[in-house]
Amino acid sequence: MTATLTRAWEGLRWYLKEFTGEARWDDYLAHCAEHGHEPMSRRQFERERADAAEANPMSRCC
Amino acid sequence: MAGTMTRTDDGGGASSAGSGGSRLSMKSVLIWTAVALVGAVCWGVLAIARGETISALWLLFAALSSYAIAYRFYSRFITYRVLRADSRRATPAERLENGVDFDVTDRRVLFGHHFAAIAGAGPLVGPVLAAQMGYLPGTIWIVVGVIFAGAVQDLVVMFFSMRRNGKSLGQMIREEIGLVGGIAALIAVFAIMIIILAVLALIVVNALAESPWGVFSIALTIPIALFMGFYLRVLRPGRVLEATGIGVALLLLAIVGGGWIQDTALGETLTLSKEWLVLALVVYGFVASVLPVWMLLTPRDYLSTFMKIGVIVLLAISLIVARPVIQADAVSDFAREGTGPVFAGSLFPFVFITIACGALSGFHALISSGTTPKMVAKEGQVRLIGYGGMLMESFVAISALIAAVVIDQGLYFAMNSPAGATGGTAESAAAFVQGLGFDTTAQSIAAASAAVQEDSLVSRTGGAPALAVGLAQIFSQAFGGGGQAFWYHFAIMFEALFILTAVDAGTRVGRFMLQDTIGNVWKKFGDLSWRPGNIIASAVVVGLWGTVLYIGVTDPLGGVNQLFPLFGIANQLLAAIALTLCTVLLVKHGKLRYAWVTGIPLAWDLVITMTASWQKIFSADPRVGYFTQAGVYSDARAAGEVLAPAQNQDQMDQVIFNSTLNGILQSVFALLTLVVAVHAALVIARAIKAGGLPTTEEPAVESKLVEPAGLFATAEEKRAMADRDRLVGAGAGRSEAEEK
Repeated sequence: MTATLTRAWEGLRWYLKEFTGEARWDDYLAHCAEHGHEPMSRRQFERERADAAEANPMSRCC
Repeated sequence: MAGTMTRTDDGGGASSAGSGGSRLSMKSVLIWTAVALVGAVCWGVLAIARGETISALWLLFAALSSYAIAYRFYSRFITYRVLRADSRRATPAERLENGVDFDVTDRRVLFGHHFAAIAGAGPLVGPVLAAQMGYLPGTIWIVVGVIFAGAVQDLVVMFFSMRRNGKSLGQMIREEIGLVGGIAALIAVFAIMIIILAVLALIVVNALAESPWGVFSIALTIPIALFMGFYLRVLRPGRVLEATGIGVALLLLAIVGGGWIQDTALGETLTLSKEWLVLALVVYGFVASVLPVWMLLTPRDYLSTFMKIGVIVLLAISLIVARPVIQADAVSDFAREGTGPVFAGSLFPFVFITIACGALSGFHALISSGTTPKMVAKEGQVRLIGYGGMLMESFVAISALIAAVVIDQGLYFAMNSPAGATGGTAESAAAFVQGLGFDTTAQSIAAASAAVQEDSLVSRTGGAPALAVGLAQIFSQAFGGGGQAFWYHFAIMFEALFILTAVDAGTRVGRFMLQDTIGNVWKKFGDLSWRPGNIIASAVVVGLWGTVLYIGVTDPLGGVNQLFPLFGIANQLLAAIALTLCTVLLVKHGKLRYAWVTGIPLAWDLVITMTASWQKIFSADPRVGYFTQAGVYSDARAAGEVLAPAQNQDQMDQVIFNSTLNGILQSVFALLTLVVAVHAALVIARAIKAGGLPTTEEPAVESKLVEPAGLFATAEEKRAMADRDRLVGAGAGRSEAEEK
């Protein structure tokens, strides 16, 4: 029972982090670790992501 | 022409995982027989129930079981037999991955993104207005329309765009149909977007006018979004969940707070007329389009998305708990006579026009091409994201329809008929709806207004207030404890929030389109980082929809009554353009025998939109035909008369001008669509003769990615994923490592 609940909670957390894009930072850290790069600061990283979003507006329908 | 020309063979590639035509197991035969039985019983009850009251759950389950069967069988047929989605073929997300727009995304996450992008206020509003025809026509169109038209369009457009590296609808039309068709489509898309933005804004204006509670809550979403933007930029970069949590809490507080301030001096200041609200929206739209997205647009989008999903879940639970009873007739007299006060015209074709989003929405083709297909991990996943996403929107539409048909129908008509008909007071509105054959009294209309703490509910057109009353009734029934006023303003808030998000994003997309198009002749203007260009283009887009909005708001005949058909027809004409492209591509790919899959919905869509356009342009009934309407008013004006609901010569002039303008717009939209359709017919004829033609489809590249093709991984896919994870090592595997 508790195992199922924990798994559901983990699944939900995973989904929300992926959905909001929070997980991209973790992906980036993993990527840097794999290739031996020095990661940039989170502030810098999120700024670059926001700048990319500037040129790519997601259309919203009615 | 850009892209590589390849002739696609129809032969191989369908035998990949998840697509096999294996026989159904005994277990699934039993399950699907049961689902079919539930559906048949529910539809049966709806078909034979006459005169007695029935539960709204019959509607809900008739829809749900139909969706399940359509998804399981029809969408699978289209994906694997017609389109031949192939898991061994790499998607653009895999081939061109750059972490920005091309980005392999988990199918369930992408489903969420796509759904949030396609569903907004549209499926909530159209069905409410269409309820004047009774509950049955709307329900049938929403369910049958989505299964055979709307979801098919979204799926097929997404697939073809995916096979072309995520090209936009306009680009595909230019390359596959021809330059003239492409230009016509470009103009149509831009014009339709302006109309859609104006009508959406009109709904917000009608919901917020003279409602200090509503204005207060909505106005507060701006500082809340700005705060979230600041939080994510400066305080704690990237912590979206925290920021959204705080934002949603503040939002709920803003709704409660509206109740506290409405009787104070501040409340008086916030009691705004429609004209002031138009100005506020126009200024807001302009500022939002020029500001960097992180300040306002992105955080507002998070808020709106979480509210959207929260509300849908809440609504589904409440419907099951509250089990409301349907008050409306199955098919109302207005359906047969075409004399309904909410919008003019008879059942055919106007139910099919009024309900666009939820059944068939051309606007989705813009989202299904471009953004989403660049993120799909496996070809087969377009079935879940394209078809499944649209089924979900259809479910929202059915829920909205239910909310409109479970409220007292006299109240429904008092709210949704224009002020010219109801007279604007509870007494005159009661007399009006009694004339329609309802026994609703002035006291009960006043009591309904008092229950949601609004000064008056009479002629609150646009659908949003009526939906909010329905939702308030369902939510307070389900959760007990009254709170109708809170739920009403909660509903108004989320509808306005969706719409403002669409207005923000739409204005910006419109601005990009304009800059891009003009950039072809004036290079500098196309540079998105050039400030003066941004400002000019934003001002033009906002100015266009702002003008249409102002015209709608001040129209003596009622803006919703006049403009909503234009909005619906525009949206359906865009669908006709998208379905035309799909049909052309099926034939070009040598799949003539499957061309009916998009050909039949295209034919139906052309029949309804062209009939509606014809009636709106040429009908001799002044309630339906724009030009006849203008003619009647200008004759009267020449004779020095004033025709109700106009009250003076100025308003007479206004009616004449508006009706003429609407008529011209209507004609232009229909003509543009016909240009695309005729052009496409020529291409189809050539393709049939040649047995297929080259297209701009990208050549196949073998996929290295291991991901499931459907919602659930098959046993085979699970083994493959387990192998992959062993190979990559723990931790480095993608999302599926989290799979339960």
